[in-house]
Amino acid sequence: MGVAAIKEYAFEPADRLENFHGNQLLYIGWDQHLLFCAPFCLPLPPAMRFGDIIDKVLPGVFGYHPDFAKIDWSKVVWLKSGQPWQADFNKSLAELGLKHKDVLRFRTPGLDGIKGSAS
Amino acid sequence: MSKVFIALQTNDDTRSIIQAILADNPHAIANEQPAMVKIDAEGSLVVRRSTIEELIGRDFDLQELHINLISLTGHVDETDDELTLSWNT
Amino acid sequence: MDMKVSKKKLGLKEKYQHMTRGLGWETTYQSMDEVFPYAKYEGIKIHDWEKWEDPFRLTMDAYWKYQAEKERKLYAIIDAYAQNNGHLSVTDARYINAVKLFLNGISPLEYMAHRGFAHAGRQFPGVGPRVACLMQSLDEIRHAQTQIHSLSNYNKYYNGFHEYRHMLERVWYLSVPRSFFDDAYTAGPFEFMVAIGFSFEYVLTNLLFVPFVSGAAYNGDMGTMTFGFSAQSDEARHMTLGLEVIKFILEQDPDNLPIVQQWIDKWTWRGYRVLTLVGMMMDYMLPKRIMSWKEAWEVYFEENGGALFKDLARYGIRPPKWLDQIEQDKDHISHQAWGTFYNYAAACNFHTWIPTDDELDWLSQKYPNSFDKYYRPRLEFWREEAKKGNRFYNKTLPMLCQTCQIPMIFTEPGDPTQICYREVDYKDNKYHFCSDGCKEIFEHEPEKYIQAWLPVHQIYQGNCFNEGVDPTAEGFDPLAAVLDYYHLNFGRDNLDFEGSEDQRNFEAWRGMATKNT
Repeated sequence: MGVAAIKEYAFEPADRLENFHGNQLLYIGWDQHLLFCAPFCLPLPPAMRFGDIIDKVLPGVFGYHPDFAKIDWSKVVWLKSGQPWQADFNKSLAELGLKHKDVLRFRTPGLDGIKGSAS
Repeated sequence: MSKVFIALQTNDDTRSIIQAILADNPHAIANEQPAMVKIDAEGSLVVRRSTIEELIGRDFDLQELHINLISLTGHVDETDDELTLSWNT
Repeated sequence: MDMKVSKKKLGLKEKYQHMTRGLGWETTYQSMDEVFPYAKYEGIKIHDWEKWEDPFRLTMDAYWKYQAEKERKLYAIIDAYAQNNGHLSVTDARYINAVKLFLNGISPLEYMAHRGFAHAGRQFPGVGPRVACLMQSLDEIRHAQTQIHSLSNYNKYYNGFHEYRHMLERVWYLSVPRSFFDDAYTAGPFEFMVAIGFSFEYVLTNLLFVPFVSGAAYNGDMGTMTFGFSAQSDEARHMTLGLEVIKFILEQDPDNLPIVQQWIDKWTWRGYRVLTLVGMMMDYMLPKRIMSWKEAWEVYFEENGGALFKDLARYGIRPPKWLDQIEQDKDHISHQAWGTFYNYAAACNFHTWIPTDDELDWLSQKYPNSFDKYYRPRLEFWREEAKKGNRFYNKTLPMLCQTCQIPMIFTEPGDPTQICYREVDYKDNKYHFCSDGCKEIFEHEPEKYIQAWLPVHQIYQGNCFNEGVDPTAEGFDPLAAVLDYYHLNFGRDNLDFEGSEDQRNFEAWRGMATKNT
């Protein structure tokens, strides 16, 4: 591990938390909705309530999709780093244990994209 | 067996070269594409100076190939008289 | 009395011997290790540099002679093309966007290759490879120059060509080719040679220069055809050099095998990822198509690459890793890439569009296993929405792969409905990847990749605004500020082809070229 180098080779990561002016990065992807070509990267304050992300941030991110308005958020299945995860809309990112550069995915069973194509 | 190929631009210079290659390599197949000709051959392919010279009626240096060459595969062995492409399998 | 003396000409082999040997010496004022500080640290063991042989046996005198001839031909065609308003004879103005991508994304790599081979040549203690690197370094700067000259003709008439140099270090998608070459260039000379000389030149450049350039010819672009084939005529030599590098290193010491194998795995994957762009250019950006990306991949990678690795098996080299995934991906990546640029067309220096019905049918026919099922519904939905005045412009920044820097657009091997997510925790930070390949490359040298300049993260850190811009000011528009920083003109360089200035101008000028009005 490390790197082949002619002398000591150690650097700070370019994307450490301190560089984001008080925000942390949260990645979020909607499974089987690939009309959005990739998951998203959002800079958010750690104190932000998770429910506010759903209500105030995600409509601007995913709202273009006709399935978005049909989501029943109580039935959404969440994954964090690919593992089942329990959302709590009333807790903040920090309280939910979401760290800088964590990745969340959500699944909306029954909603499977444009003409069922996972788009 | 693996295939080797050589691809040349389609132009007046290469017309005789392609003709020579096909004459010297009966197993080779010319595949014409826009602006280029790709010659595929099983195992190996030889480009022979003497055959080209006979067709063009002048001396030919095999390194002149570089001017109109687009691509090739296989191990290259070049002498004054022949350029051979081959795989070792 | 005049006697005609026939001068004895040296044979090719003798001439090569004379002109590539005996040019070096053992240094005495300084140790050889100090003069060639990068020759050993990568772990490659070389015992006899004299064993190096260029199969083409090209010497500098012949090199100048033939390169000069190539240049004369090339500039004659470029001049004729420009004088004849050749740009108006391309099949369709949409095509010009493929050329924009070429100038912005590929030509700067030629320049980096020039620097890289100059550097590698300087660092090798052996004379044979130094001569070969010198020639290749000159070739590469020739490619950069001829591409810039050729494409400057388009810059007079069309948008998006104007600041490729500035954009290379800033525009989000250009970080993909740039970081690829930076990665190679910052490696040692042996890794650079395996990365660029072998994996890129030998295994992958045919895909770029042969079918795409033939496609340019098919679409009436003589300028691109001529620089492309002229460059590729050098590539044939570079490929031969790339293969020679591998054979030479492997024959020198058995300890070199695992190092070389790891580099082949890494650089085939890295190069393959970069070529996603070319796949998209072939399937979506050539109005008249000669072959699909998938077909080109089968001919130039599977067939040729297969023959190559079968041959190298005698050294103990096995085919590159992740080929099973690559095999599945060929049905998907060009569509996934086009969808990405369609999403982010507001931040691009070229235009995008939805293919016409004919083109959609061609894609269905070329991609029977994937297109109708996964990609056509997406494209048709976008087209319908655009007709209603609701063209989809994705305004939220995507998650990027830490290694290849491409947005995380690629799907799981075996499941084209599921984005592929991989992650690694390294020293208290999390890193994300698009694939097992990119993840493993990171894990091998994490200290290198944790420094990656990821455009999305850099924007969020506030590093992609012009000096003096205050992101906390009221009404701050981050997209506009980023486009300013890119020197990208909103409404001219970006957005849809339909309704663009390029489209209007091309139509008007073509009309003037064919009618007396």
